[in-house]
Amino acid sequence: MAPVLELIDIAYRYPGAGKRVIDSLSLAIAPREFVAVAGGSGVGKSTILRIAAGLITPHAGRVSVEVARQSGRRRRALVFQDGRLMPWRTVRDNVALGLEGLEIDAAEAKSRIEGVLGITGLTGLADRWPYQLSGGQLQRVGIARALAVRPDILLMDEPFSSVDAITRHRLQAELVRIWQTTATAVMFVTHDIEEAVYLADRVIVLGGEPARIVMEEPVPVPREERGDPRSLYAFAAEVAAMLEN
Amino acid sequence: MSRESIRRVVLGTAGLVIFLVFWKFADVFGWVQRGTIPDPFAVPGAAVSEWKSDRLLPAIGSSLVHYFWGLSIGTVLGCLIGAAAATSRWFDDIHRYLARILRPIPPLAWVVFAIAWFQVSHAGAAFVISIGVFWVNYFATYSAVRNVDPRYYELAQAFGQGGYVARSWKVTWPASSPGIMAGIRTGVGQAWMTLIAAELLGVPGMGQEMNSAAGVGAYEAVVVYMLAISVVYTLSDVVFGLAENWVLRWRPSLN
Repeated sequence: MAPVLELIDIAYRYPGAGKRVIDSLSLAIAPREFVAVAGGSGVGKSTILRIAAGLITPHAGRVSVEVARQSGRRRRALVFQDGRLMPWRTVRDNVALGLEGLEIDAAEAKSRIEGVLGITGLTGLADRWPYQLSGGQLQRVGIARALAVRPDILLMDEPFSSVDAITRHRLQAELVRIWQTTATAVMFVTHDIEEAVYLADRVIVLGGEPARIVMEEPVPVPREERGDPRSLYAFAAEVAAMLEN
Repeated sequence: MSRESIRRVVLGTAGLVIFLVFWKFADVFGWVQRGTIPDPFAVPGAAVSEWKSDRLLPAIGSSLVHYFWGLSIGTVLGCLIGAAAATSRWFDDIHRYLARILRPIPPLAWVVFAIAWFQVSHAGAAFVISIGVFWVNYFATYSAVRNVDPRYYELAQAFGQGGYVARSWKVTWPASSPGIMAGIRTGVGQAWMTLIAAELLGVPGMGQEMNSAAGVGAYEAVVVYMLAISVVYTLSDVVFGLAENWVLRWRPSLN
């Protein structure tokens, strides 16, 4: 199957810096696939995600978004590490952000917003201001906002790194459920190995300077068995070994 | 009523009474030259007579006309030009020296041209007021827009709102609204200061009434107009404060 998103021979250097942080990096994500991109801090994970999102332009190579543009949808949607809600908009209006300017009528927009608020468990919070939400709720709104545009690929930038461990586990389980009920692919950037192996179909490990792919492997444990964390220990150890090199 | 608020009312009232007593004594014991200090207890009577002779309300009305136009024009232009300077490199550069030169000129220095261009009229007073208000809003808006967190622009771009118009409406204005509102509120006060000074030069309004009352030694009437200014300013500030709270209701500090 043709990939939804492909990065081809990407190179990037930060403005003003001489050395490239990323060099000849290629990766592809298939429709409905859940890919985790793991790597230590400073390796350029977020930069790669922003290149994939079209927010920054690589100095070499290209980003290919294979799927056709469809009316009323956006092909890519981003979930930020800091939640990044607009504090001057209510939860409902934050979720509506990506729908503004799409060719959908008000009734459709309303039903989509209610739909994604339902999926993310936010129905009762629609009229709250962001400052009235907890860290976990903020992240849910960020996910709802991204889902509202019916993306072909969801690009997630360490979205659960700033919430407490219990909330993180709950959100991870919810994300898997949401991903299974929608038809979207996911590119999930994280520095947390347990998170990567629990969530993903396939794990890509970045390392080195400039960053390159040091490991790229499907998670060998079926999802039904992942409820028991021990099932993932062996693979997590393998990933950890690659990260340390 | 809590203990604390009773205390506040009692002490606040005591402060007023002490001030009135000093004021009265200054007159009685001749601490200042006789006849130059109004009698505080004659002020209510003077207020009634100003009211009955149909001078107080028309003067307030006339002042409010200058106030409204001067404040509106100065605020709108100050916010727009401040925002343009903050978002357009070209505009910032081309107006930079001009702003440097014009900024230090006090609004009242423009009275000469206000009279030359508009004669002694509402338009002239509004012109002078708008200049002071303009600069307050210009600087407040400039720095508020400059300080918008760039992460919101990235967010807007990620969700298809990256065009100039969408960015302006969906990020720039709301994100800078706290700073802009603070500027507008300062302008609401600044406009009163300039207003009275502009009217002392002859445009009809409270300032002019004060001037003519002072000319015949009716200092109690002057105090009446001073208090009227205080009341009208307080009202406009309260109304603006309510509007500000509503506009900025998304901020935790105001709730």
